[in-house]
Amino acid sequence: MRFQPIDQYSAGLKADTRASVYQSTKSTHEKRTKLLFDQFAAPDRLRELAGEIKQHAIENLDTYLPQVEARLKANGAQVHWAGTAESACAAVLKIMRDRGATKMVKAKTMVSEEIELAHYLEKHGLEALETDLGEFIVQIDDDHPSHIVRPIIHKNRREIATSFEREGLGAYNDDPGTITRRARHFLRHKYLEADVGLTGANFVSAESGRIVLVTNEGNSRFCLAATKCHIALVGIEKIVPRDRDLSILLNLLGRSGTAQDLTVYTEFISGPKSPAQPDGPEEMHVIFVDNGRTEVLASDCREILRCIRCGACLNVCPVYRQASGHAYRSVYPGPVGAVLSPLLMKDKFPQKADLPKASSLCGACNEVCPVNIPIPDLLLRLRNRAKEENVPSPGTPPMGAWALMASQPTAWKAALAGGKLLNYVPTKLIPVPALQAWADKRALPAWRGGEFRKWMRQRAQ
Amino acid sequence: MTDDREAIFSRVRGALAPLRERAPLPQYDADMAVLRKMIAGRDLAELLAERMKRVSAHAYTSAAAVADFLKAGGWTRGYCDPALWPQLAPHFGAGFTVETDFDRKRVDDYAFGITRAAGAVAESGTIVLNDAATSRRLAALAPWVHIAVVERAAIFSDLTQAVAALGQDRNVIWVTGPSKTADVEGILIEGVHGPGVQIALIV
Ligand code: SF4
Repeated sequence: MRFQPIDQYSAGLKADTRASVYQSTKSTHEKRTKLLFDQFAAPDRLRELAGEIKQHAIENLDTYLPQVEARLKANGAQVHWAGTAESACAAVLKIMRDRGATKMVKAKTMVSEEIELAHYLEKHGLEALETDLGEFIVQIDDDHPSHIVRPIIHKNRREIATSFEREGLGAYNDDPGTITRRARHFLRHKYLEADVGLTGANFVSAESGRIVLVTNEGNSRFCLAATKCHIALVGIEKIVPRDRDLSILLNLLGRSGTAQDLTVYTEFISGPKSPAQPDGPEEMHVIFVDNGRTEVLASDCREILRCIRCGACLNVCPVYRQASGHAYRSVYPGPVGAVLSPLLMKDKFPQKADLPKASSLCGACNEVCPVNIPIPDLLLRLRNRAKEENVPSPGTPPMGAWALMASQPTAWKAALAGGKLLNYVPTKLIPVPALQAWADKRALPAWRGGEFRKWMRQRAQ
Repeated sequence: MTDDREAIFSRVRGALAPLRERAPLPQYDADMAVLRKMIAGRDLAELLAERMKRVSAHAYTSAAAVADFLKAGGWTRGYCDPALWPQLAPHFGAGFTVETDFDRKRVDDYAFGITRAAGAVAESGTIVLNDAATSRRLAALAPWVHIAVVERAAIFSDLTQAVAALGQDRNVIWVTGPSKTADVEGILIEGVHGPGVQIALIV
């Protein structure tokens, strides 16, 4: 293999996909930065604080998980635990079967993508419909999301209009307003027919058992206004210690993810609907999902569990901007995915061990992360792990010859002297296309091999 | 799944056991994230109106003005919380068809829904709804226009205060502007699943 796997994927990207991913990530990132620095005197201090809150939470999950379980039960919710993707899917299926439910409307949840819930339920003859506009389009196209906040950042309006026409949602029309209106009309009746509403959770307060959900479209609210049974799929790392910590995190989430002071709908749920309220779930289930998170907790990369899935690191990442999300071959793309995806593979780590290498370690992801995750450090730890586990490294030039030379002083000196010959090579004329393309825009600096040693020797005297 | 519970708990304990120390819970001033400069010295109702405008929502202080706005938009059929309608009806007058029951089978018949808010947050231009104040969750969500009746005294200055006041209600929802998406080519479209027009009537 000549290139790293991520390069091969991104090489096949259409030019307009690349352009739209680049443009929209860049503009979201710029708005985010302006907003944070205009409004707060010390936004970085806020990010550090949020990171400390989440780090404390994950390092004390042994205390907080039983605490939140007790709170949720006291609030009238039923609590389930799922160690693996299969057992999380089975738990959802059982809840639906027990109720005789056949139709589910789904709000956006990354965990459900991770465990491939919709496919699982469909296989068992149940309907599971995505309601987030982007996720809905991903579903009808049998595609995969390519960004954790903007699932169809890789699609343009013409492709979407074609899909809508194919699905019988009206004659071809690529006006974004019309597309949205058609989805609105189609989906609202689906909510009202559904038996179960499934959501994720952005945060869960251990103090109160409150589940916090944020959306801009209002789809999770519709799930919780129209259906009689609410299932929340929650990764065990979503815990925050106290309600008051929520205001720090919520202030950062919207600003970091989409450059909004606050996401449009922020919902705090601490149980089934109130008895006097006519609309909403009478039954509430919370399924806590591990699916590899405890392995991450045991690793030296546990900081990644702080992640609040804002997408800011994707937007700022020079690699993501060029490669787009599918190149990461995972539910979680971008810098967060380069750390989390290989870790969540558990013993199949080698299959994604190339992702941590697809980074220039520029550090931009760390700088924007609202919970201050040192992503570049974690990438290095994972590169190290791949080396220690002898994972083959396609696309990396063999370093054997260099190692031999660097460990033999005579060979090294000879190479330094020989290197002078390079100054006389007409680089532009070498018949290697890649080299010519390179030399077209750049000139090699003159070879000065050995100068440093000479200088050292003189100084020593 | 009891097995899963035990397995997860024991893996969590196993993962954390080698840590020599655990990250402490940071202590901090709850006001850290409050936009003090923006709030200082301001009338909260005015600030709320200003901040709502920024997220393309509308604030009114008179019921007659809301009725005019609805009429101008052609939204003359809707739902109103039965507890509010007696006070509002005189301002609406003829030309409106208002039901105080929400029939979910005719969800598209309601162009607007009027419900009570539990409060608001000035700093972010947010309306606070909860199960106790909202007569019907669907009526505050499904119609194209939602009008939340906010009492002046229930306006919080900032999010930190609003979190502190979450209280015992089983469902609290903050609404900051109309429902929106930028999923299609990053172009902002309002009114995806929820209201395309969000209004606060401050009383
Ligand atoms: S790693 Fe940080 S920046 Fe990236 S998605 Fe998670 S919270 Fe956001």
